[in-house]
Amino acid sequence: MEIFGIPSQALFGQLLIGLINGSFYALLSLGLAVIFGLLNIINFSHGAQYMLGAFVAYLSLNKLGINYWVSLLLTPLLVGATGVLIEKTMLKRLYKLDHLYGLLLTFGLALIIQGVFRHEFGSSGMPYPSPEVFQGVFNLGFMFLPKYRAWVIVVSLVVCLSTWFVIERTKLGAYLRAATENPSLVQAFGINVPRMVTLTYGFGVALAAFAGVMAAPIYQVSPMMGADIIIVVFAVVVVGGMGSIMGAILTGFGLGLVEGLTKVFYPEASNTVIFVIMTIVLLLKPAGLFGTQK
Amino acid sequence: MKRNLISLAVAAACAFAGSAQAQISDGIVKIGVLNDMSGLYSDITGQGSVVAARMAVEDYIRASKSTLKVEIVGADHQNKPDVGSNVARQWYDTEKVDMIADVPTSSIGLAIAKISADKGKLHVNSGSATADLSGKACNANTIHWAYDTWMLANGTGKAIVKSGGDTWFFLTADYAFGHALERDTEAVVLKNGGKVVGKVRTPFPTQDFSSFLLQAQASKAKIIGLANAGGDTTNSIKQAFEFGITKGGQNLAGLLVFLPDVHSLSLEKAQGLMLTETFYWDLNEQTRAFTKRFAAANGGKYPSMVHAGVYSSVIHYLKAVDAAKTDDGTKVAAKMKELPTDDVLFGKGTVRADGRKIHPAYLFEVKKPSESKGPYDYYKLVSTIPANEAFRPLSESDCPLVKK
Amino acid sequence: MPMSNASPIVFKTQSFTHQWVAFAIMVLFFAIAPIWVYPIFLMKIMCFALFACAFNLLLGFGGLLSFGHAMFLGTAGYAAAHAAKVWGWNPEVAVLFATVCSAGLALIAGSLAIRRQGIYFAMITLALSQMIYFFYLQTPFTGGEDGIQSVPRGKLFGIFDLSENKAMYMFVLAIFLSGFTIIWRIVHSPFGQILKAIRENQDRAISLGYDTDHFKLLAFVISGALAGTAGATKALVFQLASLTDVHWSMSGEVVLMTLLGGLGTLFGPVVGAAIIVSMQNYLAQFGAWVTIIQGLIFVICVMAFRRGVIGEIANWLKKPL
Repeated sequence: MEIFGIPSQALFGQLLIGLINGSFYALLSLGLAVIFGLLNIINFSHGAQYMLGAFVAYLSLNKLGINYWVSLLLTPLLVGATGVLIEKTMLKRLYKLDHLYGLLLTFGLALIIQGVFRHEFGSSGMPYPSPEVFQGVFNLGFMFLPKYRAWVIVVSLVVCLSTWFVIERTKLGAYLRAATENPSLVQAFGINVPRMVTLTYGFGVALAAFAGVMAAPIYQVSPMMGADIIIVVFAVVVVGGMGSIMGAILTGFGLGLVEGLTKVFYPEASNTVIFVIMTIVLLLKPAGLFGTQK
Repeated sequence: MKRNLISLAVAAACAFAGSAQAQISDGIVKIGVLNDMSGLYSDITGQGSVVAARMAVEDYIRASKSTLKVEIVGADHQNKPDVGSNVARQWYDTEKVDMIADVPTSSIGLAIAKISADKGKLHVNSGSATADLSGKACNANTIHWAYDTWMLANGTGKAIVKSGGDTWFFLTADYAFGHALERDTEAVVLKNGGKVVGKVRTPFPTQDFSSFLLQAQASKAKIIGLANAGGDTTNSIKQAFEFGITKGGQNLAGLLVFLPDVHSLSLEKAQGLMLTETFYWDLNEQTRAFTKRFAAANGGKYPSMVHAGVYSSVIHYLKAVDAAKTDDGTKVAAKMKELPTDDVLFGKGTVRADGRKIHPAYLFEVKKPSESKGPYDYYKLVSTIPANEAFRPLSESDCPLVKK
Repeated sequence: MPMSNASPIVFKTQSFTHQWVAFAIMVLFFAIAPIWVYPIFLMKIMCFALFACAFNLLLGFGGLLSFGHAMFLGTAGYAAAHAAKVWGWNPEVAVLFATVCSAGLALIAGSLAIRRQGIYFAMITLALSQMIYFFYLQTPFTGGEDGIQSVPRGKLFGIFDLSENKAMYMFVLAIFLSGFTIIWRIVHSPFGQILKAIRENQDRAISLGYDTDHFKLLAFVISGALAGTAGATKALVFQLASLTDVHWSMSGEVVLMTLLGGLGTLFGPVVGAAIIVSMQNYLAQFGAWVTIIQGLIFVICVMAFRRGVIGEIANWLKKPL
C-alpha cells in the first residue's frame, strides 16, 4: 500500500524515526519552558549544558569507568548543581533588571563552556558506546529499530509526562506556578521562593544534561553539538507557547514527526521547516499554540 | 595554551653567516601554515601541519646542506573565508610571508589562491578538496598537493565498481561541495558500468541520518556513497552501524574520509568502509619511520594525508627555492613544476602545468576490529591506482594555463 | 527596567560639545591611523563599527534586542557582491542596491517580529535569521560554502579605481562617517525622542497617541538598512561574501560589541567594534580562546560593567556620549 507514492512501511519507519528526534526536542524544550516559566529567563546556555551532560558521561566512562546507567542519574545531578551555582551567583542579581540581560548572560556562559571544551577536545567528536543491553535492533517488519532508540522514546515520554504531572497536578507544582504569578505573595505565605527558583533552574539544567547523556550513544559527543540544536529548540518553545509545559512537550514531539515527514517528501527543507512553521504560527496565533498572551 | 604557534625560527639551527647568491627577499624564506586549528578539521590539519612543516624544513636542510634561513608561522582561519583572507593579506602585505601552505576548506583555498596570484606570492595547497584549484580556478601561483575531489571520486568510484560494487545510492550533503562529490562520483560509476539506483539530499549540516539511511537500506544498493564531509560523514557512518546497515550486506563508501575520522569513530563502527587516500602511515618502512617521529612531536597522533602533503610540499618548495635562487612566488612555482618530486612519503611524482601534483592513490578498506593490531592500524590496502591514472588527465582539464 | 545606559544620568546642559569633541577625535584617528596600522584592518573595524552603530540604534535607543542582525549584514554582502561581480555595477551603486535589499528584508522581518515584545522579539529575529542562513546555504547564487569570491572593487563613479587600498580606504571612511552622522541626526531628532519614549514606557507612549508599532518598525528598517550598508562595504573591502556573515554567531558578536562599548551611547559601538575586531585579529592563532574570551566579556559586562566603556566615561563626565 502506498501513501503519496511512498510505501506505507517506509512512511511508518520515517515517522518512528521522527519521533525519536522529537524526544530530544521535547526534553530540551521542556527544560527551557520550565526555566522560562518560572524565571522569565531564556536559558541560552541550554545547548551548552546539553553538551556538558554528554561530555560528563563520556569523561566519566573513560576516566572513571562509570557506566551509562550510573551516568544517567549522576550526570544530571552534577550538571544541575553547576546550574544552581550559576543561578545563585549570577542570575539572581539580574532579576530586577530587564530580562534580556539574563539572555545575554546565559549566551556568554554558553560561549565560555563551548569554547573551553572546543579548546580541550577539538571539534571532531568522541565515540560513546550504547549500553550492552540495548545494542542490536528490533525487527519490526517494516524497519529495523535500534533498541537504544526505542529506549529513548520511552524514557523521554516518561520524563516529560512526569514533569508535566508534577508541575500541573501536584502541590509542589502549584507553589511553583503561584510563585510565577505573584512571588511576593507566595513568599508571604512562608514558601522559600528564592530557593524554589534556584532549584527550578537547576532542574531545567539537569533536564538538558539528561538529554545529553541520552544523546551520547546516538550522536557523536562533540563540543558544538548543542550550538545549532538550541536554536531549533527556541523555535519549538515559541511555537508551543513560551510558558506552557504541555505545549513544549507536544510541539517537541510534533516537530519531530513533521521533520520526519519532510525528510521523506522534501528532504532539503527539513532544516528550515520548524522556522517556517514558527513564522506561520506567529502570524496566526502570536502567543503560540498553547500559550497565553503574557 | 600548550603550544606557542608563533614564528619558529628554524634559522637558529642553521645559523650560517649570510646566504650569498640567492635573491631571497629580506634574507628569510617565510612559510605561513594557515588552517583550521580549533574546529572541524583541526585533527586532520591544525597543529599537525605546523609540525609537519617544521619537520620538512629540518629534514631538507639536513639532507641538502642548504644555507636557506627558513621561518614558519601558523594561524587559525577558523573555517571562515573572511578570517582566512584577512590573515593571508596581512601575512603577504605586512609580515613578509612568501608562501602559504595547507589551507583546508575549499572556499578558503580558492580565496588564498586568488590573493596569492594577485600579489605574486605562492600558495601550495594540501588541505582543500576542490579540483577547481587545478581546474577552472587555476593560476600560475597555485599548486595543489595531496588530493582532490576528482581523485577521490575516481579512486573510490572506479575501484569499487570494478571490485563488484556496481549499484549505488548516494547520501549527499545539500551544498556545493556535496553536490560536486556526488556528480563526479556518479559520472565515474556510470562510466565503469555501474548504476545509480537512488540519491537523497541531506540538509547540511545534519546530526541525524537515520531517516536517510533507511531510504538507502530500502534501495538495496550494494554501495551507499557518502557524498559529505566532516561531522556529517562520521555521523552517517556511526548511525549506519547502529541500524545494522553494513551487517545487512551493504557497504559504505566514504568519499571524503581521513584517518583521524576513522580514529574518532572506532573500528567497530567504521569497519568495512571503503575510501581512497594518497598516504597511509603503514605503507612502507619510510612512511613508518616518518610517522614515529611525527607522532612524537604531535602528541601521539598519527599523520593524516594532509599532514603528509604539507611535509612533502614544503620539501619540494625549498628545493625549488634553492634551485631558482629566489623566493619570488611565480618563479618558484614554475621551478616546482620543472623539477621532479621525490620524497619519503609520496615517492616519485611530478607537478603538472596546471599546478596539480601527481602521485599514486590507494583504495583502502577499514579493517574489522579483530584484524587490527593496535591504534591507527585501521586500513587494509585493496588496490593501488598508478599516478598517471589517479588524477584528472590534462586533456580533460579546464585550466586556462593548459595549452590545448 | 529597559536596557539602556543603566542608572539615569542627569545632564546639566543640552550642549553637545563633548559629542563634537569625541566625533573630532574619531575622525582624526581614522584619518591618520593608516600610516601605522594595516589599512584593511582599519576598514574592517569601520565596517563593524557601522554595523554595531546600526544595531545600537535599535537596541540602545529603541530598546529592541534583535538577535538576528546578521541577516542584514549577510544579505547586503551577497547583494553587493553579486551586483559588483555578476552585473558589473559600480561600487557605490552596488552598496546602494544592497542597502535597499537589506531595508526590504528588514521591513518583512520587522513586521513579523514586532508583533511580540522583549524576549519573544529576540527569539523571532533569531529564528528568522537562521531560516535565511539555511536558505543562503542552499541557493546557488550565494556560492554556498564557497561564498562569492573575487568580487571586483570596481571604479567609484566610474573614475576612481578602488582596487588601490588608499582609494578604497577613503570610500569606506566616507560611508562610515555618513552612516554614523545619519544615526547621530536620528537620535537627536523628534523621531529619536519618540523612540526613546517608547523604550522607556511603551504604554504611556501609546496613551499619548503614538502608533508605537509604526515607529518600532521604522527604527527596525533603518537599523537593518544601515547594517546592510556595513555588510555591502565589507564585501567590497574583502572582495568576498560568505556564510559567516549570516551565521547567528555574527548576530551574537554585534550584541557583544555594542554591550562592551556602551549601549545607548553614540560612540560606544565604535569602541566596542574596535576592541572586539582587534582581539579577534591578534588572538586569531589561539582559536577557541577567542570564543572563551568573548563569553567572559559578555558575562563581565552583564554582571558588572553594564554601561560599557563609553558609558562609563560618559557617566564620569556627566555628559552623554
